[in-house]
Amino acid sequence: MVVSPAPTADADRELDELFHALADATRRDILRRSVDGELSVSRLADAYPMSFAAVQKHVAVLERAGLVTKARAGREVLVRTDPDAVARAREALDRLELAWRGRVDRMAELLAADRTTPRRGRDA
Amino acid sequence: MSVISMEKDVEALSLILAAEFDAPIDRVWELWADPRLLERWWGPPTYPATVTEHDFRPGGRIRYHMTGPEGDRHHAWMEVVSLDPPRALRVREGFADETGRPLADMPVGTLDLALAEDAGRTRMELRYACDSPEDLERLVEMGMPEGIRQAVGQIDALLAEAVAS
Repeated sequence: MVVSPAPTADADRELDELFHALADATRRDILRRSVDGELSVSRLADAYPMSFAAVQKHVAVLERAGLVTKARAGREVLVRTDPDAVARAREALDRLELAWRGRVDRMAELLAADRTTPRRGRDA
Repeated sequence: MSVISMEKDVEALSLILAAEFDAPIDRVWELWADPRLLERWWGPPTYPATVTEHDFRPGGRIRYHMTGPEGDRHHAWMEVVSLDPPRALRVREGFADETGRPLADMPVGTLDLALAEDAGRTRMELRYACDSPEDLERLVEMGMPEGIRQAVGQIDALLAEAVAS
């Protein structure tokens, strides 16, 4: 296995922003609605029982996390979901999976070692 | 292969896994119940866990830290919500300060463990979920050292690809 000498602090920070962005139902909904990149911030704002400013704020969080991009189209600002960024979020969950796979593997190793050298006092 | 299934719910931001071990249920239970065993598998070799307190009964507290390659310590706690040896365990877990005291402003997750034995083999089902979606961020961080250190090369390559594309 390759062990990178470079610190992963940048990747960690990216990930933090990703999860912060995804940790809100409205923001996840905005992501779903913005896949086609045809909705403006004001059109999005119509869909939620909250102020335009609040929706704008959500979009800003998503943008900072790299989950959406904004593009000016005339007087409107269109929001588009970045599918790669959503894929990165999935990868983050993959990391959690990897952590648990490692744990399960180590549990299995311990149990296997346990079999070859029985511990005292457990088995009759 | 010990892991037989792994479900990741991106929407619910939770992880459900099933594994099977070629060992009787008591042995698998011990991996959780015995702090010296717990610390041998919880953290990877490069990020070992040290369990400093292990009060394994309902309401009991488990304190541990993981030590990174640069000597950096990451403190965390678990609280045993309920247990039914050797079949079921529910713990809540979160971050702690250097003295092991839970950090009140940090999110908390719940881990549900179920064990069942069949013909000398033990099936382990584990569900890891957050109290609220916000908590996944921290939860992932808790599992993160492991994920990162274990396959840091592969993951960085994946991330680099995703960023570059």
